[in-house]
Amino acid sequence: MTAPTMTGAIAKAASLAAKLDYKAIGFRCGLEIHQQLDTGKLFSRVRSEVVEPDEVGPRTIAVVDRTLRATGGEAGQVDVAAAAEAAKGLHFRYVAIDGLTSLVELDEEPPAPLDADALGVTLTCAGLFGSRPVDEIHVMRKTVIDGSNTGGFQRTALVATGGKIHVEGGDIGIWTVAVEEDSARKLDAPQDGFVTYTLDRLGIPLIEVATAPDIQDPAHAQRAAARLGALLRATGRVKRGLGTIRQDLNVSVGVGQRVEIKGCQDLRAVPRVIEAECRRQLWMHHLREALLARGAHVADGPVDVSTLFAATAAKSIQDAAKKGGKVLALALPGFAGLLKGETKDGPRLGRELADHAKVAAGVKGIFHSDELPNYGLTQAEVDAVRAHLRLGVHDAFALCVEQDAIAKRALAAVAARALAATQPARQEVRAVQPDDSTRFMRPMPGAARMYPETDVPPTRIPAARWQQVLSHLPPKPEERVAALQRQYGLSNDLVTQVLANGIEQDFAAWAPHGDPALVARLLLQYLPALPHGDRVRGHVPAVLAALKAGRFAKEAVEDLLKALDGDSSLDVEAAIAKLGVAVADTAVVDAVIAKVMAERADFVKARGMGAIGALMGPVMAELRGKADGAVISARLKAALEKAA
Amino acid sequence: MQPPASPGDRVRLTTADGARFEGILMPRHTFSAPDITTLKLDNGYNVGLAATGSKLELLDKARPTPAKAITVPEDPAKPTIAVLGTGGTIASFVDYRTGGVQPATRPEELAAAAPDLFQFCNVRAEAVFAMFSEDMQPEHWTKIAQRVTWHLNNGARGVIIPHGTDTLSYTAAALAFFLKDLTGPVVLVGSQRSSDRPSSDASENLLAAARVAATADLGEVVVVMHAGTDDGACAIHRATRVRKMHTSRRDAFQSINVMPLGHVVHGQVTLARDARPLAAGPTQCDAVWDEEVSIITSYPGLWPQHIEDVVLKATVIVGTGLGHIAHRCLPGIQNVIARGAHVVMASQCINGAVNMNVYSTGRDLLQMGVLPAQDMLPEVAYVKMMWILGHPAWAKDPQEVRRRFLTPVAFELGAPTDVRAFGAVREGDA
Repeated sequence: MTAPTMTGAIAKAASLAAKLDYKAIGFRCGLEIHQQLDTGKLFSRVRSEVVEPDEVGPRTIAVVDRTLRATGGEAGQVDVAAAAEAAKGLHFRYVAIDGLTSLVELDEEPPAPLDADALGVTLTCAGLFGSRPVDEIHVMRKTVIDGSNTGGFQRTALVATGGKIHVEGGDIGIWTVAVEEDSARKLDAPQDGFVTYTLDRLGIPLIEVATAPDIQDPAHAQRAAARLGALLRATGRVKRGLGTIRQDLNVSVGVGQRVEIKGCQDLRAVPRVIEAECRRQLWMHHLREALLARGAHVADGPVDVSTLFAATAAKSIQDAAKKGGKVLALALPGFAGLLKGETKDGPRLGRELADHAKVAAGVKGIFHSDELPNYGLTQAEVDAVRAHLRLGVHDAFALCVEQDAIAKRALAAVAARALAATQPARQEVRAVQPDDSTRFMRPMPGAARMYPETDVPPTRIPAARWQQVLSHLPPKPEERVAALQRQYGLSNDLVTQVLANGIEQDFAAWAPHGDPALVARLLLQYLPALPHGDRVRGHVPAVLAALKAGRFAKEAVEDLLKALDGDSSLDVEAAIAKLGVAVADTAVVDAVIAKVMAERADFVKARGMGAIGALMGPVMAELRGKADGAVISARLKAALEKAA
Repeated sequence: MQPPASPGDRVRLTTADGARFEGILMPRHTFSAPDITTLKLDNGYNVGLAATGSKLELLDKARPTPAKAITVPEDPAKPTIAVLGTGGTIASFVDYRTGGVQPATRPEELAAAAPDLFQFCNVRAEAVFAMFSEDMQPEHWTKIAQRVTWHLNNGARGVIIPHGTDTLSYTAAALAFFLKDLTGPVVLVGSQRSSDRPSSDASENLLAAARVAATADLGEVVVVMHAGTDDGACAIHRATRVRKMHTSRRDAFQSINVMPLGHVVHGQVTLARDARPLAAGPTQCDAVWDEEVSIITSYPGLWPQHIEDVVLKATVIVGTGLGHIAHRCLPGIQNVIARGAHVVMASQCINGAVNMNVYSTGRDLLQMGVLPAQDMLPEVAYVKMMWILGHPAWAKDPQEVRRRFLTPVAFELGAPTDVRAFGAVREGDA
C-alpha cells in the first residue's frame, strides 16, 4: 500500500479533490452500532423510558450534586482519557425522575443481576449475525468520568464474538456483540461549574455491535449500518425513535490514525461524515509535512499581553477585562497561514486548536492570527502582539481572553495540539456536528478503562440455551419481504421500504383492515409529511374503518389526514364532514359526468370510447374524493357507451 | 514441554468448537461455573470460556509491574495527624486486573487515596489491622484505644481511624467510653462506595475527617461521613449517638435523637456550641470490658427460655415500642435478675427514648429491676454495660453498676430529644 508514504502535496490535493479515491487513500472503516432495547433497565428493575423535556421538572424527585475523581487504573496508572476528563474539574448534578430512577441509578445501591430479558434479545441478535456467544458472560466496569454515569463507570458485558452480515458491495464481519448500560442524559450546558444530567436514560440496555473494518467506501458504510439496524429491528424488541440508535464510526486513511466518531444518529449523514473525516485526516497530514518543512514549533508558554489591549475597542476583551480577565498570547512559530483552511467548510487547524481549548478549559474559544484582524481586534493590535512576541512572517499566535488560570489551561491545550500537528497522527474520539464535520472530544481511551464489576455474578450461557435461541430466531428482513409480498400482494419495492423504515409493526397491525398498498403509502408518505404525524397516527384505525365502511373514497385519505393534523379538536367523522368528502351517490357522479361530457361534446364525439382516459381527470377533480375511482370509471364508461 | 499457564499470563484458548481467543488468563471468579476459564481480551472485556475440550496455549509469561513509589511529604509547620488503619472499604484499593478488593496495608497506599491531605497536615500512618469490620471484636477496640492514646500523647494533633462501616458505631462507642481527657479529636471514618470508583465517597470522607483531626477544638470521639447523598458536605456525629441506618447509601450514618455535632462543608469545619473542647492531657485510656453481656431482640414468638439460656452477667433487651416485651418472658427476666444479672431495656424503634412508666408492662419490668436505656441506642447501652462490668470495683456492687449505667459518661444519654432529629424533619437539615 502506498498511502502511508503519501507526500504532503498529494495529501493536500486528495483532501481538496472533488471526489475521493478511497482505495488510493488507504481508507479503513468499521462501525459500532448502539441500539436501545425495549426491555427494563439492565441492572435495576426499573422501566426503560425517557421523559419529555417539559416533564423533567414535574417528575423530579431528587437533585443530587456529585464529584467524580480519576482513580488509579491498572498497575496504578490513571487512564489518559480519564485524566483528560479529570483535568476539567467539573462537578455534576443529577436529576432523579419519578418512576425511572432507583438507588442503583443514583449509585447508592449495588446493581441487580443482568436483566434476563435484555440478555435474551442480545442473544437473539447474536444469532441473527451468526455470532458465537461466550460460555460465561462477565460484566465489566468501563471508566467514564464525564459525568454521564453516576458511578464513574459504565457497566458492559461481551456476549458474543464473530459472525458477519450480508451487505451489497461486500459482507461485513462482526467482531463483538455486547450489552451495556446507556448513559445519563445531559440536560444543558455547564452552569455554576455543574453539568446537569437526568437519570431516566441511565441504565437502559444498549446492544453494541462492532464490525470489522471491512467497509469499502462511505456508501457501503451506510448500507452496512442500515442492514445492522434492520437485523436488530427484526427482533421486534428494540426501541424506536430519535436517539434510540446511534452509530459510531471508526475511520482512518493511510496517513491518519483511527478516529472514533461518536453521535451519528442519522443514517443518511453517515457517508457525508466519513467523507469529511477522510478529508480532514488528509489535510492534517499535509499540514504536518508543511510544518516540518518550516521547522514549526510551539513557544514554551503563554505571555500576558493585556497591556497591549488596554484601550481596545474589542467588546469581548473589554467585558473580560471588567471581570479581571487577561489576554494571554501563545507564539506558534512557523504556523502562519496554516491555521486557516483552504475552504470555508473544510478542515482547519485553527478550529482543532479551539476545540482542544474548549475541552480542556471550558472556554468559548480562542483567537488565532490567521483570522485576525477581526472580531473587533485591529491590525494595529495584531501588529503590537506580533512585535511583542517578536514574530516573523511565518509565525502565528493564539490569544485567549479569560481569567489567568483558565486562559493558561486553554493555551496549554492549544500548545499541545499545535505540537501534535507536527507529530505523527494520534487516535482520538471526535463528535459529529450538525454540519457533518467532527470536533475533538477526547483522546482515545486505553485498555485500562475496563475492570470486573464484582457486584454482578457471571451468567452462564449453556449450550441448550443457545440452541433454544437459534431455533427461535425471528425471520430476517429478506425473509420478511417474501412473506409480506405473499401475504399482502405488495410490490417488492414497497415491502422493502416498509422494512427499511422500521414501520413493519404498524403495517402488520393496519394492513388487514384496509388496502395494504394504501396503508403502506399512509405510513411511508402521508404520516411522515404531517407536522403532528404522531398525534394523527392515533386516528388511523378510525380512518381505515370509515374507509372500509364506504364513508368516503380512498382518494380523500390524504386530505382527511391533513385536516386531522391541522385541527386537533376534529375526530374522523367531523373531518369527513368538514372536508365534504362523504361519498357521493351515483346520481351525483352521473350529473358530474354529464356536465363534463357536455363541456367537451366535440371531443367526446370525435374519440368515442377512447375519451374515457382523458375524461377521468376532470371528473375526479370535480368530485374531489367524494367517489371511488373505480366507480367513476364504471359510470363514465356507461355514459360514453350510451352517448355512442 | 511448556510450563502451565497461571493467572496473568498471555494465552490462546481454542474452544471445542474451534473458536480462538487470545488474552490474559484471569483468576477464577468465585461464582464462575467450575469448567470455566476466564480470559481478559485485548479489548478489555473478560469472557468465560468452557474449558471442556478446549486447548490452552501459553503465549507469554506475566511480567511483574513495578510498584509506584509514593513519597509522603513532611512539613514541620503543619500539624501531624495519626492515621490508624483498621480495614474496611475505605482502606482498600481494587486490583484492577481481578476486580478484587485488597486491603491497603501500607500507609502510603492510604495516603495516596486522598493526596489533598498533605496540603494542611502531615500524616503519621500506622496499619493497626486490616480486617472487615464484621470481624472486629472487643479486643480490637482495646488495641485501637491504646494506639490512639499513644499517638495523642506523642505529638499527634488528632487521630483518624479508617474503619469498615458495619460495626463502626460499636468501635466508636467503645472508644468514647475508654478514652478520657482527649488532647486531640479522635475521628472514625468509613466509606460506602469502594475507592476504585470515580464516585467513591472515600476521599471526601477522609479529607473531612482529617480536617476535623487537624484543626477542630474538639476533645471527643466522633464519626465523620457523608451528610447526604450529595458530595460536598460531611456530618460530624457523636460516637455514642450515631448508627448505620442504611445498607448502602453514602449518608447511611445518622445521629439518632440529636442533631449532628457539626459539619465539614467544602473543607470548613463547624461545631455545635456544646462540643467538648480539647483537654490539656495527657490522654487517659481505660480500655476494659467484660464480654459476658448480650443483646436480645424482643419479637412475637420469642421463646422465654431463650433469655435464661443466653444471659450471663448482663443483657440489653431491644424491646418493642417504649420498652416492652411479652408478658410470658417476664418470669425468665425475673429469674436472670435473681441470678444477679443486669437487664437493660432499649427500643427497636431506635428513634426516641424508652419510657417504662406509661404502660403496665413497663412498670412491671421496672419493678423487677430492669434498667431503662432511656434515649441510649441499644448497641451503645451494650458497649457501656460491657465497659462498666470491666471494672471489678464497680461490678461487684449492683447499685454502683446501676448508678453508673444511668449517668452520662460520653454524651450517650440524657440530652433533650431534638425535634428535628427524625425522618422527614431531617431533610431540611444540613
